[in-house]
Amino acid sequence: MNLTVKVWRQKNSKSEGKMVSYNVKDVSPDMSFLEMFDVLNEDLISKGDEPIAFDHDCREGICGMCSMYINGRAHGPKTGITTCQLHMRSFKDGDTIVVEPWRASAFPVIKDLVVDRGAFDRIINAGGFVSVNTGGVPDANAIPISKIDADAAFDAATCIGCGACVASCKNASASLFVAAKITQLALLPQGQVERASRVEKMVAQMEAEGFGACTNTGACSVECPKEISQDTIAKMNREYYAAKASSKNL
Amino acid sequence: MGWLSKALSGNLGQKLIMSLTGLFLISFLLEHLLSNLLLLKSDGADFNAYAEFMKTNPVIQAAEYVLFGGFIVHIIYAAIITVKNKKARPQGYAYNKPSENSSWFSRNMGLSGSMVLIFLIVHLKSFFVPHKITNTATMTIYDDAIITFGNVPYTLFYVAAMFLLAFHLNHGFQSAFQTLGLRHPKYTPFIKKLGTAFAILVPAGFAAIPLYICFIR
Ligand code: HEM
Ligand code: SF4
Ligand code: FES
Repeated sequence: MNLTVKVWRQKNSKSEGKMVSYNVKDVSPDMSFLEMFDVLNEDLISKGDEPIAFDHDCREGICGMCSMYINGRAHGPKTGITTCQLHMRSFKDGDTIVVEPWRASAFPVIKDLVVDRGAFDRIINAGGFVSVNTGGVPDANAIPISKIDADAAFDAATCIGCGACVASCKNASASLFVAAKITQLALLPQGQVERASRVEKMVAQMEAEGFGACTNTGACSVECPKEISQDTIAKMNREYYAAKASSKNL
Repeated sequence: MGWLSKALSGNLGQKLIMSLTGLFLISFLLEHLLSNLLLLKSDGADFNAYAEFMKTNPVIQAAEYVLFGGFIVHIIYAAIITVKNKKARPQGYAYNKPSENSSWFSRNMGLSGSMVLIFLIVHLKSFFVPHKITNTATMTIYDDAIITFGNVPYTLFYVAAMFLLAFHLNHGFQSAFQTLGLRHPKYTPFIKKLGTAFAILVPAGFAAIPLYICFIR
């Protein structure tokens, strides 16, 4: 396959960026989208040009690093997958493919397609954990959890923090990411102690980072590679209103 | 009460206010539609009597302030949230395909809401102001409605506004429940169907009355 790839090039966070067009030849339909970028970068390096910076790590859909807005959609035209799981057979010979970084004021571009997702880390640091003092390892089956709750918590826990929800939301809202973690921990017995303060702190941090407010378009769940449900956002809202009404944090 | 104003000033607090005022306005629409049906009775006596009751009953007078407050708060928070959400993405995408992941109605609440607001201003100017505020009306409100809706461009404007109201409600009705966290596998499918039905039937009911007066009566 021969393709035209239009890519956002930006030297650093301070400089202005622009779209640059490249021709990529002899692309195999079995390559992943990132491998196609590897081929393009080899070509750029051999010509003495600066290769295109893009995030990636596991290349098997579990780390959440690969962030590309491809032809107007987060992680490209397919649903339920990350960019590294997208294959070139999803495109046709002669296609023009537009690739941009995630766009959100809370995700500033560092270089080319790489954005700073530190805002997500700071939200997790604010409360997305369970505090456990060190000691003996507890017996795994000592705490009963209903199957329904365990399954729902696990579904929420599959979030890989990729940021596709923010990228595809017209409001650049991080609600799905935050709601996934809040839902997971609110459903589990271990999460109860910090339940109210967690949602208060995580939501406050989400707002401090400058993410937009959710208007329930549902775009995030459609584009989420782990297909996290809108149920989590309703759950977060319930948790938040209940915490604000009843917690003793004035 | 510092905790309360803090809780209501964040994204989720502002959305709580949007959804509660939105649901309140929905209940008002139903009341307004039912009373408008009196316009279909040809002698107008019942509609005029109803209008007189609405104009003089003290409970209704109080409710009217609450209604205006509801509109104003809904509109102010709509503006705040819309501006904040624009700021969250200062640079947009060169190429974007949002229709693949969300409905047009859900993405254009600001547009449909603003159109409803323009309609609202014209509508208040036609009936509420001359009959209630300035008392400059020279005829009964029933006669005024018959003459106003006899004007074809006015009636077409009214009908167009009802389409935009339908767009607003089509997303807004179920969205308000989602914002409140009222989502459940047993009830949410029903709420969504009810929302669609409300969004079609109520604006259609409003539009049918001027259309009947203008073209059939
Ligand atoms: C009878 C009139 C109206 C009704 C029944 C109504 C109802 C609603 C409802 C139920 C929502 C959903 C709230 C939520 O998602 O939590 C909503 C959202 C919205 N409304 Fe209205 N509305 C009306 C008039 C207006 C007007 C006049 C404006 C603007 C000038 C407006 C602007 C908006 C906007 C921008 C949203 C989306 C905000 C968001 O989802 O966060 N609405 N409306
Ligand atoms: S909720 Fe989905 S889209 Fe958002 S960060 Fe988690 S995995 Fe990515
Ligand atoms: S590189 Fe790890 S999810 Fe794509």
